[in-house]
Amino acid sequence: MLTLTSDFKTALHAVPVGPKLLVLAGFSLWVAFVQGWPLVVLGLGGVSILYLAQGWSFARQGLLLLRPLWPFLLLLALWHCFSYTKLVGAILAGKMVAMVALANIVTLTSRFDALLAAIEKLFAPLHMVGLSPRILALTLALVIRFTPVLLDKAGLLRQAWRARSHRAPSWQLILPLTLAALDDADHVALALRARGGFIGKDLWKDK
Amino acid sequence: MERQVTYISLFAALIAALGLAPQFALLSGVPITAQSLGVMLSGTVLGAKRGALAVLVFLLLVAMGFPLLAGGRGGLGVFQSPSVGFLIGFPVAAFVAGWVTSQRRFPLFWAAIMGAILGGVLVLYAFGITGMAIILGKSWTEAAPLALPYLVGDAIKALLAGIVTHSIARLRPMAIMSRA
Repeated sequence: MLTLTSDFKTALHAVPVGPKLLVLAGFSLWVAFVQGWPLVVLGLGGVSILYLAQGWSFARQGLLLLRPLWPFLLLLALWHCFSYTKLVGAILAGKMVAMVALANIVTLTSRFDALLAAIEKLFAPLHMVGLSPRILALTLALVIRFTPVLLDKAGLLRQAWRARSHRAPSWQLILPLTLAALDDADHVALALRARGGFIGKDLWKDK
Repeated sequence: MERQVTYISLFAALIAALGLAPQFALLSGVPITAQSLGVMLSGTVLGAKRGALAVLVFLLLVAMGFPLLAGGRGGLGVFQSPSVGFLIGFPVAAFVAGWVTSQRRFPLFWAAIMGAILGGVLVLYAFGITGMAIILGKSWTEAAPLALPYLVGDAIKALLAGIVTHSIARLRPMAIMSRA
């Protein structure tokens, strides 16, 4: 499974994740509170320049990532055209696009290992409640490994259904898929225990 | 202990798989993704605490840039988009669904359905509509109709969550952690 990190190498890839996240948080807060179109245009312009400075292909990739916003943009356009408040609508749309686009830059330019390191740091205080960051890392790895496995199983169940019925497969596959997930979970738990398990690293102290 | 970690992981993977698998056509062929069904099941099967944790793990991976949300969306951008309310509501929905399911005074089937409706529909919509209202600059009552088209589908998913949870209780009784 691939993350959304961009294949085009940019200067921003070298910037550590922490500062990038801080800039994102600061910018989002600023955008949320600005009023008046000149500042929104400034924000949008800033983000656009940041994209373009990394090259055309990167900017195109960023633009594609904004696609899921179109229903909301359409909604704002319709709403504010009919209520004669076009400027308000444009400002709302501009703010939304600027915030999402900047967040996408952080996603596009941060490798998984860098993000994982940042998250391990962020979750280090969990030691105090008895949750080891190592267990969190293992959990994340298991999800990454088993999502495609479950998708494959869903595909197999679908094929098996098609071989036996002329109707299209539907919700009936959800139960066997859930059972497959539960059985995998049992097998992996057994495998972990056989390799030493998490002795002394309890997820919750009362267990 | 190992079992808790693997159950949380595999349910996070199940939420992802249900969102990414080709859409399930419900009733009159209305295609909807089953991602929120995965959230409901996390609660009704794993219980409040573990169910919410499974959803949080899933969201963490989404935030880290894995395109696990329905339609292959992911990254930090989705947490700034109008759908952010639904994402924040996901773990709360699983928690509420799990808590209601764990109430032993109701039979498991009905408790799971009630939990899925309360958590996966009422609580989730409250968060989701609030998120859309804030980002789209509308009042709560103006944003609420935007979620209505999904209401029937989500009610059906709550029913499915009850059926699936009930069936798991018969087929894998040990797996129902919400009533362990």
